[in-house]
Amino acid sequence: MEIYVLLKRTFDTEEAIQLENGQIEEDGAEFIINPYDEYAVEEAIRVRDAQSGTVTVVTVGPEDADKELRTALAMGADQAVRISIEDDIEEADHYSISEVLAGYLKEQTVDLIIAGNVAVDGGSGQVAPRVAELLDIPYVTTITKLELNGTDAVVTRDSEGDTEVIKTSLPLLVTAQQGLNEPRYPSLPGIMKAKKKPLEELELSDLELDEDELAPRLETVERFLPPNKAAGKILEGDLSTQVQELASLLRNEAKVV
Amino acid sequence: MSKALVLAESRDGNLRNVSFEAIAAANLVADEVVVALIGQNVAADAAQLATRGAHQVLVVEDERLQHYTPDGYGQVFMQLLDRVAPDVIVFGHTSLGKDLSPKIAAKLQAGLISDVTSIEGSGADASFIRPIYSGKAFEKVKVSEGKTLFTVRPNNIEPLAEGSSEGTVESVTVELKDLRTIVSEVVRKATGGVDLSEAKVIVAGGRGVKSSDGFAPLQELADLLGGAVGASRGACDADYCDYALQIGQTGKVVTPDLYIACGISGAIQHLAGMSNAKVIVAINKDPEANIFSVADYGIVGDLFDVVPLLTAEFKKMLVH
Repeated sequence: MEIYVLLKRTFDTEEAIQLENGQIEEDGAEFIINPYDEYAVEEAIRVRDAQSGTVTVVTVGPEDADKELRTALAMGADQAVRISIEDDIEEADHYSISEVLAGYLKEQTVDLIIAGNVAVDGGSGQVAPRVAELLDIPYVTTITKLELNGTDAVVTRDSEGDTEVIKTSLPLLVTAQQGLNEPRYPSLPGIMKAKKKPLEELELSDLELDEDELAPRLETVERFLPPNKAAGKILEGDLSTQVQELASLLRNEAKVV
Repeated sequence: MSKALVLAESRDGNLRNVSFEAIAAANLVADEVVVALIGQNVAADAAQLATRGAHQVLVVEDERLQHYTPDGYGQVFMQLLDRVAPDVIVFGHTSLGKDLSPKIAAKLQAGLISDVTSIEGSGADASFIRPIYSGKAFEKVKVSEGKTLFTVRPNNIEPLAEGSSEGTVESVTVELKDLRTIVSEVVRKATGGVDLSEAKVIVAGGRGVKSSDGFAPLQELADLLGGAVGASRGACDADYCDYALQIGQTGKVVTPDLYIACGISGAIQHLAGMSNAKVIVAINKDPEANIFSVADYGIVGDLFDVVPLLTAEFKKMLVH
């Protein structure tokens, strides 16, 4: 069983966002594995342990992302691949990234690809389904359960609170929703072992991809912070007076009830 | 003359609000708006779409389209694309829209702007505003090459009224083959029927709710206001409720008209998911709780005292 995990390094969700010259200020920020990708890493390890095989974690990004790849290796993934594109493609968008990932994966034997259903930074959730389409394999997004029997797969999916049970088969791409599993923390022996596990760096030339065909389709022309909210009104008086005032404000001032 | 193709969605036999919002968005960007309505027994909804901004509605019905699958809907949508040849393609940023739109974008080798909350300009010069970091910041995006594809976040773009268009309705037959995923079972577990991402009112509970039973007064208030119940990560991690209710940077990002946060401290990752709600009410015992920093109105008090009183007050008010 050849299992690939698509992983993204993201800001810690507890980080506030600051802008510097229209760019997101990254200095001093904590970075983590995108939380939904942690479920993907965990699920990949569980499938491998049940079925044997190899878990390869793949990311597109700069050298800094090696830290998150090492964390995934410490959790138990077998090997990692980082595809470096920053010298070739400026401001890559989902189109560029998914073409790069698909370009790499087309050259591999792939049984199962697991990704997070969305990254908590960009929040688009596009790359994984795009990759499945480019590889011409089926996909199921926002899954909460994965059962494999040979090449048959039964996948449980969260669709806005409804649960769908889906029958499909390998090769397959799935994206993880919260609740799929409980990701493990890397153990100390795991961290030691991870240092010796293979982490390969590739560039577009290694993948025989032409940068001219990977130019982004979208351009971000501006980034900005939401307007600061004026301080709210803390109500006073005894509780029943406060509640009456609140109800009245919501109906007559805010007009939302 | 630029042309748009919009995918409309119905849920439990009703057209979704976000579909009307997506049609309104398409009218901002394109001159002519064609709406695709796909499913089983959906044709009755077409007439309504045709008066609310659609110039033409194309209806595709097939029993294999009863449940959404990427292959089924993808094949239908690509055949409609061939027929309509649109410059602009619009989806709701819903479970279905999020799942299908990247597939279509990949087929077209096009960009896709997800989760749009507003649009500036029109036609080829349009730029699209969307949240990043779950609303901690925003970006303005333009299409630099290829078709314009985007998904519309519910509750942000004003839909068009009835009578805005006098569209035609046409039934279309398409070919379907080799569906690689089959939906064998659907279990509805939506609480109270109102979907969290589209709810106009959300009553959310945090660790202060203390137990799964503690959500009962919140549910009562939400039901009264026609809203939905949500939760913070703290409440979900403590197993007071299902993860499907989680609001935050992990979980759902919501923009209701009214958000009532009960016993929620206001961690940054939760605020990211709800701070763009139009009006925020915070109810918390701790006057120092961070949630008050984003609240329009705050009551310092025990949610188990405040929420039932508030429900009673609204009951009185809504009777009169």
